Amino acid sequence: MLRFEDVQITQGDFTLRADLSVDPGARVAVIGPSGAGKSTLLNAVAGFLDIAAGRISWDGGDITATPPAARPVAMLFQDNNLFPHLTVAQNIGLGLRPDLRLSTDQRVLVDGALDRVGLGALGDRRPGQLSGGQQGRAALARVLIQRKPIVLLDEPFAALGPALKTEMLDLVAELASETGATLLMVSHDPADARRICPQTILVDEGRAAPPTDTAHLLDNPPPGLRAYLGN
Amino acid sequence: MRHLILATGLIATATAAAAQDRPVLTVYTYDSFVSDWGPGPAVEKAFEAECACDLQFVGAGDGAALLSRLRLEGDRTEADIVLGLDTNLTAAARETGLFAPHGITAEFDMPVDWADDTFLPFDWGYFAFITGKDTDAPGDFRALGDSDLSIVIQDPRSSTPGLGLVMWVKSAYGDQAGAIWDGLADNIVTVTPGWSEAYGLFLEGEADMVLSYTTSPAYHLIAEDDAGKMAVQMDEGHYMQVEVAGKLAGSDQPELADQFLAFMLTDAFQSVIPTTNWMYPAKTPADGLPEGFETLIAPDKALLFDPEQARALRDAAIAEWQAALAR
Amino acid sequence: MRRLPNGKRRWRARVTRHAPLPAWPGLLAGLFLCALILGPLAAVTWRAGGGGWPVAADWAALRFTVLQAVLSALISVALAVPVARALARRRFPGRGPLITLLGAPFILPVIVAVLGLLAVFGRGGVLNDLLLWLGLPRVQIYGLHGVVLAHVFFNLPLATRMILQGWQAIPAERFRLAASLGMSPGTVLRVLEWPMLRGVLPGAALIIFALCLSSFAVALTLGGGPRATTLELAIYQAFHFDFDLGRAAVLAVMQLALVVAAAAPALRWGAATGFGAGLDRVQRRWEAETPLLRAQDAALIALVALFLLTPLAAVVWRGLAGVADMPAQVWRAAAVSLGVSLAATVLCLALALALAVLALRRPWIEALGLMGIAVSPLVIGTGLFLIVNPWADPARLALAVTALVNAVMALPFALRMILPRLREVEDSHGRLATSLGMTGAARLRWLILPRLRPVLGFSAGLTAALAMGDLGVIALFADMENATLPLQILRLMGAYRMEQAAGAGLLLLILSLALFWAFDRGGRDNAAV
Repeated sequence: MLRFEDVQITQGDFTLRADLSVDPGARVAVIGPSGAGKSTLLNAVAGFLDIAAGRISWDGGDITATPPAARPVAMLFQDNNLFPHLTVAQNIGLGLRPDLRLSTDQRVLVDGALDRVGLGALGDRRPGQLSGGQQGRAALARVLIQRKPIVLLDEPFAALGPALKTEMLDLVAELASETGATLLMVSHDPADARRICPQTILVDEGRAAPPTDTAHLLDNPPPGLRAYLGN
Repeated sequence: MRHLILATGLIATATAAAAQDRPVLTVYTYDSFVSDWGPGPAVEKAFEAECACDLQFVGAGDGAALLSRLRLEGDRTEADIVLGLDTNLTAAARETGLFAPHGITAEFDMPVDWADDTFLPFDWGYFAFITGKDTDAPGDFRALGDSDLSIVIQDPRSSTPGLGLVMWVKSAYGDQAGAIWDGLADNIVTVTPGWSEAYGLFLEGEADMVLSYTTSPAYHLIAEDDAGKMAVQMDEGHYMQVEVAGKLAGSDQPELADQFLAFMLTDAFQSVIPTTNWMYPAKTPADGLPEGFETLIAPDKALLFDPEQARALRDAAIAEWQAALAR
Repeated sequence: MRRLPNGKRRWRARVTRHAPLPAWPGLLAGLFLCALILGPLAAVTWRAGGGGWPVAADWAALRFTVLQAVLSALISVALAVPVARALARRRFPGRGPLITLLGAPFILPVIVAVLGLLAVFGRGGVLNDLLLWLGLPRVQIYGLHGVVLAHVFFNLPLATRMILQGWQAIPAERFRLAASLGMSPGTVLRVLEWPMLRGVLPGAALIIFALCLSSFAVALTLGGGPRATTLELAIYQAFHFDFDLGRAAVLAVMQLALVVAAAAPALRWGAATGFGAGLDRVQRRWEAETPLLRAQDAALIALVALFLLTPLAAVVWRGLAGVADMPAQVWRAAAVSLGVSLAATVLCLALALALAVLALRRPWIEALGLMGIAVSPLVIGTGLFLIVNPWADPARLALAVTALVNAVMALPFALRMILPRLREVEDSHGRLATSLGMTGAARLRWLILPRLRPVLGFSAGLTAALAMGDLGVIALFADMENATLPLQILRLMGAYRMEQAAGAGLLLLILSLALFWAFDRGGRDNAAV
């Protein structure tokens, strides 16, 4: 279980509080108005920013002070999820060994991940030679191979068209179920949340609320969310 | 690539040679003496043929830099001989107390008498303005100052000829030196840090005249077969540069050092000087001077301050120069 | 908290705890640098038994030094702005080679370059021939204007190159947006280009100022007389003429103080705008596509090419005659120089990378890099001599010391190139690398080095070329065997062999340019996008 215990994140004059827990294997959307602190919440889990108070734990173990790479977390960012100078296979291999000294077995794993996301023949290409959708798949293949129990998505597919984005989200959901990973996904689009996330964390007015049922929340939005959703 | 391998080989050979078990005589001198076109290589070969030793030249900038290096090292110096100071430097050099008397009596073929028990001359020359053969050059400093001729000279603070010119004017004109410089100021196109820059500028046509030595035309005549350059004879006489060597008191090879100083005055050394250092040898070799040297001007009067005078006058003379030219 | 245009807070500011790259190499490099520069200074002072007080003439030298350095820096930078802009927004055949060639003046040994300049601007130069033919009076190059002219000749290409990279770091989308909004060239300048220039210009001017502080031969030769006495000449005088080591050390400290005084505001004003990305991207500039502006840019580029390339052509022309009968020693010296240059290049890049990593968090580190070019080579050389002499024969270390000093002299340029790019790489890819556990060597090998390749190539080329042409401290130590090419040129000149010296100068020019071209090219080839 991922727990935020009286967590307080301060950046300048902005403060975000969170006191909540996420069940193992849950798929949770993080929604809220622009600038409310959705990415902040994910970055705190990933270890990219220090929290001012409280603690974050996974399966009972405190990870508040754990360096990012040692956390049980794989994360996809809004952009730059692949290194443009490395091949797709190398990019994926980094999920196994950051120095890319891959054993034969590990190479097989990389090939397997490539196949799994449908990029079997494209391992030697550079990201620049792939389409947007293929780049998304490559990044997901790396998340898959990292085998981390928590996966954080900070709107990595926001730039894709609707059909492609749906395809990616479905793939994410599949992979999450396969690996049993806990998924936290920032989204601007309520449809995304409805599609693959049974639960949702609402971030608004300096507070991240505990996960609630997505459909219920979206059907009966509180005033802040309603203004944001625009209906 | 061939050259690279060749070069590596040469360096390796040089190091290997030095490592052999022969006594080493270390001679500090100015850089152009050790250059491949200076007297160094020929002198080294000739001396090593008779001394059963390893003669090692260490180059250090110019004469002034040479003395600074010696002063920096003090009595820890590796040098056995210092070769290439001139009479503007010997007073300060003697004062360091690092030098020992040379104990040699010799006759020199120089226009001045030499009686210094510490420093032994190996060559000498007259400073002179060099110009093209067809230049109508005035024969004294006043007329030169009145003329429209352009001159490039060296800075007395960083160059031996530059200082030589300042001493020249001082020795010829004494208290009037400042006025002479006032007259020359508008002729002087620019002042360079060293001899090479000035001479290069002159050859590029940047000035009608350059300060150098009376022997300079000999280079063009002998090496380039070009008789188009001449030194201008001045009525005041010409200031001299006498280059000397001295033996270090703390030398660990005193006998070799004595042997070198004696060798320095033999034909084997002296005959190398005219066409490598382009100066007059301190003792004319038996075969005389190389063909072409007879075409050079012979000044009527040789000017030279003795070392103590030179040191006493130096700063004031440069101040006069600077005051006139800074205007 | 600074907000980026897309509303996201900058994450970089928050990462404090887990540094992905270690600081110790940078600390080590910084200490090494301080030791290399302050150590000799201290050695000279210690040997002198204390500092000496400058004499009246030294204060005049200080004034002239600052005056010519300020003028040279301002004029170089002011001229470089329109030139860089013209190069940034135009593509034409030969643009690449031209940019490479424009770097040549910077790497020539001083005396070779001065003779090249004089062949154009001197008494018997092309310009005066032209004026004579037109029936106009001659111009006189010697004086303060001559000094500044020469310094601009040396440094304009450098300034242009630095500013050009600033231009290329502006994303092409911004110019597209500007075009779609119908911005005039003036508005584009105000909105897009000026903010970039404000970030880049102080640093560029600072480097040129620092370089000109230790000018000696150029200032004196073209300055026309003792009026043009610089601090470096005063130091020479203190050392070799008066043997006043204390005064020499104090004068060197004055040089250092001047650089620090100039660096403080320049580094503060100069924002961390990256020179960034590709080195050879031409942005489409819709607003500049008018015949008038085209003609203006063409004229500018032609003028600058004329100004920079004519003296180079003179160097080539003068050298051709001598190149035929160049003595074997010149080739040997060329091989020695090549070795020194490559060693300096490796060392410089290592120092620059280590310091750049440290400077990501402590920007003032960059000022450390400037010390190397500002402090008198004479003082550093003499101080090193004092330090080395009790232990070893300085002549044996001459080449190593030369490589070392050259690495340090090229450091400010390498830092200026590498630092902004490193910052950019860490901004865009650092978080992903960190989340994947890429630290230390893995991060260097798989992220930093490949992403920095173009700037590393450029820096390596510059360092190698610079080290080829620098006379530096070798003249203080060298013996017969290990002369470098610039020293050999000086020796040829000292032995009346001006023609062969010119030939060797041409060889040096060719080798330096070839090195520069090879490294620069190697950095860009196959560079990942």
